[in-house]
Amino acid sequence: MRPKLVLAALTALTLTVASAGCGGSDSGGDDDKTITVAYQKFGTFIQLDQQLQDVKKEYEAAHAGYTVELVPIEASENDYYTKLSLMNRSPKTAPDVMYEDTFLINTDIQAGFLAPIDEYLNGWADWAQFTDAAKAAGKAQDGKTYGVPMGTDTRALWYDKTVFAKAGIAEPWEPKSWDDVLAAARTIKQKVPGVTPLNVYSGKGAGEGATMQGFEMLLYGTKHTLYDDAQKKWIVQSKGFTDALTFIKTIFDEKLAPDPQDALDPNWGTKVNTELFPTGKLGISLDGSWVSSTWIDSGSKPWPDWSKKLGYAAMPTQTGEAPGKTSMSGGWLLSVGANAGDKKASFDFVSTMLNKENTLKYDIAAGQIAERKDVAADPRYLESNPSLEFFTDLVEVTHFRPAYPDYPNVSNAIQVAMEAVMTGQAPVDEAAKTFAEQVTSAVGGPDKVTSAS
Amino acid sequence: MTTATAPRAARIGAFAPALLLLAVFFAGPLIWAVYSAFTDVALTGSADVNFIGADNFVTMWNDAQFWNSLWLTLVFVVGSAVIGQNTLGLLIALLLRGRNPVARGLVSGLVISAWTVPEVVAGFCWYSYLHRDGTLNGILGWGGLDQNWLYTTPMLAVILANVWRGTAFSMLVYQAALNDVPPELHEAAAVDGASAWQRLRSVTLPLIRRSIVTNLMLITLQTLAAFGLIYVMTKGGPGTKSSTTPIYMYQESFQFYQLGYGTAMALVLLVIGAIFSLIYVRLIKVDNL
Repeated sequence: MRPKLVLAALTALTLTVASAGCGGSDSGGDDDKTITVAYQKFGTFIQLDQQLQDVKKEYEAAHAGYTVELVPIEASENDYYTKLSLMNRSPKTAPDVMYEDTFLINTDIQAGFLAPIDEYLNGWADWAQFTDAAKAAGKAQDGKTYGVPMGTDTRALWYDKTVFAKAGIAEPWEPKSWDDVLAAARTIKQKVPGVTPLNVYSGKGAGEGATMQGFEMLLYGTKHTLYDDAQKKWIVQSKGFTDALTFIKTIFDEKLAPDPQDALDPNWGTKVNTELFPTGKLGISLDGSWVSSTWIDSGSKPWPDWSKKLGYAAMPTQTGEAPGKTSMSGGWLLSVGANAGDKKASFDFVSTMLNKENTLKYDIAAGQIAERKDVAADPRYLESNPSLEFFTDLVEVTHFRPAYPDYPNVSNAIQVAMEAVMTGQAPVDEAAKTFAEQVTSAVGGPDKVTSAS
Repeated sequence: MTTATAPRAARIGAFAPALLLLAVFFAGPLIWAVYSAFTDVALTGSADVNFIGADNFVTMWNDAQFWNSLWLTLVFVVGSAVIGQNTLGLLIALLLRGRNPVARGLVSGLVISAWTVPEVVAGFCWYSYLHRDGTLNGILGWGGLDQNWLYTTPMLAVILANVWRGTAFSMLVYQAALNDVPPELHEAAAVDGASAWQRLRSVTLPLIRRSIVTNLMLITLQTLAAFGLIYVMTKGGPGTKSSTTPIYMYQESFQFYQLGYGTAMALVLLVIGAIFSLIYVRLIKVDNL
C-alpha cells in the first residue's frame, strides 16, 4: 500500500509542477488593477525613468485601486527591443503600456503585440493638440492608431568652438558639402593633436544610432534613399549607398573618426557626451537634438557651460544639392499592449503621462522636439534650451525612416556593412554586395528589392 | 499470481513521474526546437508561423557567414579544448604526480579557482586584462607592444581565456586517472632502462586512454556550445572575426529576430556535437577490443 501512496503523491506533484510550468493562456499573473509599464533606462537616458516615477504617483492618486508597476529595462537600444519582444511573446509577461520606437511599431503591430487605441483617442480632448505628423507616427498600415507620440528629434553636427578656434576654422561653421565636413576634420587632425576630429556612430555597437545618426544622415543627403515608395520595394543597390559607405571608410581610414575599437563599444555614445565633449577632446559629432539633455541640471552629466562651448551646424547634402541640408527624425511613442487586462486604464496612464504639463516637462528634460502645439508654443519650452530653435527648424528638411516591418532587419544589415568597412574587413563594394544579399533574403526575395542609379 | 504482476506494474508505474518530467522538460524543448527549425517563426514582425520545409537549411548552405562561423567554432574547439585544455590539463597532472602535498595543493587550488569563477566574471576578467587600457598593456606599455588584444587577435584572446578557465576540469580527470596507474609498472619499466618519455608513451598513456577519450568528449561538447565567454569578451567582433556559431545564432535569433533560422543553426550544431561524440565513442570501443 505504502509505495502506491508515495507513487500517487509523486504523480500528483509532477502533474502540478508540469501544469504550472505550462502556465495559463490568460493574464493569470497580473491582475487588471495593476498596470505594468515597460521602458528603457540606459546610460545617459534616465529622464524617462525619473518622470515615470512622478507620473506613477500622480496616476495612482487619481485612480484609486489601481497600481502602476514600472519595469525599467536596463539595456542598450538593440537589447531593449529584443527584451521587449521577448516580454511580448507571452501574455503572462506582456506589459500593459510600453515605450515603443516609431520605427518598430509596424513590426510589432504585425506581430500582434499592440492594441489599437482609436476609441480612446476620440474621447481625449488633448488629441487635437498633436500635429498631423505626430498623429501619423502612430498610425499603422491598417489605418488605426497604435501609439501616442512623446516628442520627436532631429540630427545635426555639434562642434566644439574652442577646438575650432585652435584649428583656425571660422565661426559660425556652415559646411556646404561632405567635402567641407571632411576638410574641417582634416584641419582639426592636423592642428589640434589629441582631439578626435569627427565622431560618426558606426557599427553594431551603436545599434540603431549607427544606422540613423550615422548612415542615414549621409544616405538621405544623396539622391537616394532606402525605400522606393512608388514600387514598394527596398533599394539595396545605389550610388548613394556606396558613397555613404565610402564616407565612413574615409573617416576611419584617415583616422579622422575615433578608433574603431572605441567606436564599436556599446557604451561609446555615453562616452562621447559625458567625457569627450565636456573635456574638449572631440571636434565634431554627428548626433541627435537630444544630447544636450545630458548636460542640463537634471541630466546625467551636468555641464552648465555647454551652450557657450558648443555650436551646431546642419548636416549638408553630399555636394550641396537643394535644399542644402538634411536631417533624420524619429521619436518614441507610448503604446497599449494587446494583452493589457484593462485597456482603458492603460490608456489613461498614457494620457496622464502625455498631458500638456507632463509632456512639457519630459520634452524639456529629454531634449525632445515638441509634437503638441500647446507645448511648442509655451514660453517655458522655448526658453528651456538655446539649441531648441535650431533643431526645431530642421524639421523642414527632415526625413523619416521607412518604418515597415522589415526595417529592423535592413537597419541591422546596414550596421553590419558599416562595421565591415570601418574595420577594414571588407572593401566598400563587397560590404554593399553583402548588404544587398542579406536584405534580399530578409525581406523575402528578389521581387521585394530594387536598385537605383 | 498477482504478486508477480503487481510489482511489475508498480515498477513501470514508478517510472511514470520521471518519464513525465523527462518528456516535459527534456524532450519537449528538443521537439519544439526541431519543429521551429523548419518554420519561419520570428521574434516580432509576424503573428503567424509558417512551415517552410528545409528553407532555413538551404539559406544556411548559401550563407557565407554561417560557414565562417562554423570554421571559427572548429578553431575554437580544437584550439582551446582538444589542444589547450586537454594537453595542459594532462601536463599539470603529470607534473604534480608525487610532488609534495603543499605544492600540489597550491597549484591545483590555483587552477581550480579559475574554474569556479562564473563564466561571465571570467569573461570580464579577461576583457579587462586584454583591453587597451588593461593590465597586460600596463605591463607591455614600455615595450611598445601595447594594443587592444581583443581587437587585433580576438580568436587567440578567447581561446586563451577558455584554456585558462577550463584546464582545471581536464586536470582533475587526469589526476584521478593517474592515481589508478600502478607505480610497480613504472618501476619495472625504469629497471628495464626505459626513459621518462618512453615510460609516459608506453606505460602511462595506454593505461589512461579511456580517460583521455572521455575527457575529450566532455570538453568538446562543452566548448562547442560556449557562448557567454566570447559574448562578454568580444561580442563576436570586431566585425565577424570571433563570431562562432553560437554567437552568430544568437545574433540571427535575437537581433535579426529570425528565431527559426537560429534554431535551425542550433540543430546543425547538435548534429556536429553528435558526430564528435560518435567518433570518440568509437575510439573507446576500439580500445576495448
